[in-house]
Amino acid sequence: MSVSIVAKGEVVTAFLDGEIDHHTAAEIRTTIDEAVYEHKPTLLVLDFKNVSFMDSSGIGLVMGRYKTISELDGELAIINTSPCIGKVMRLAGMERLAKIGMEELANEQA
Amino acid sequence: MNKLNSFNLKIPSRSANESFARVAVSAFVSQLDPTLEELSDIKTAVSEAVTNSIVHAYKNEIGSIYISAEIYENRSIKIRIRDTGCGIDDVTKALQPLFTTVGGERSGLGFSVMQSFMDYLKVSSKPGKGTTVIMKKALSLKI
Repeated sequence: MSVSIVAKGEVVTAFLDGEIDHHTAAEIRTTIDEAVYEHKPTLLVLDFKNVSFMDSSGIGLVMGRYKTISELDGELAIINTSPCIGKVMRLAGMERLAKIGMEELANEQA
Repeated sequence: MNKLNSFNLKIPSRSANESFARVAVSAFVSQLDPTLEELSDIKTAVSEAVTNSIVHAYKNEIGSIYISAEIYENRSIKIRIRDTGCGIDDVTKALQPLFTTVGGERSGLGFSVMQSFMDYLKVSSKPGKGTTVIMKKALSLKI
């Protein structure tokens, strides 16, 4: 599992790569939160394009990042989710917290 | 129903084994040639059950997790994940969506995922003795 961060203007994008479970979530959380506190973006984008697996630990991760970015009055977007990951996101009702699948919006602002 | 194959696995409750456990089960059920979605559902459900044993049952220790799976001629799968950890005081409460007893960004959705991604879920637990999770899923028929 790896995370790369790209900060451009007021947008921080975290490109997630690999499998997200309880074992890998802690490291991802630390990397993203450090970038968010450093750049204080108005939009945090989580890019799931290269995520091959995610269980409910990933939901905990998304909910936690929503909390982090909300404290800074920013918004959260989730992009490029595969059908399998989308299924877990929908089960958890993540569309209530984040803009899901707004690839164009994220690209526009990035 | 005729049983085609089965396996038993015993692993220590280290978080690195979460991926090992789900991949082992998914490799085993691949004999039935499931769809990608079915395989992903099974992997996710196994990951949830094993993570529960690691995070809750053996909170402050490393214990054993026993995983077994059986596949049947009618393309159904039965998976059992058992620990001898602390057990669950109130299973009905534990099964409620968003219920969690620990902090650290646990979503409280583990059992909800198991329920929704599998066809059958049974959780039996005795405080101080351990927890057993049985899950079943019928795979779609091959045309």
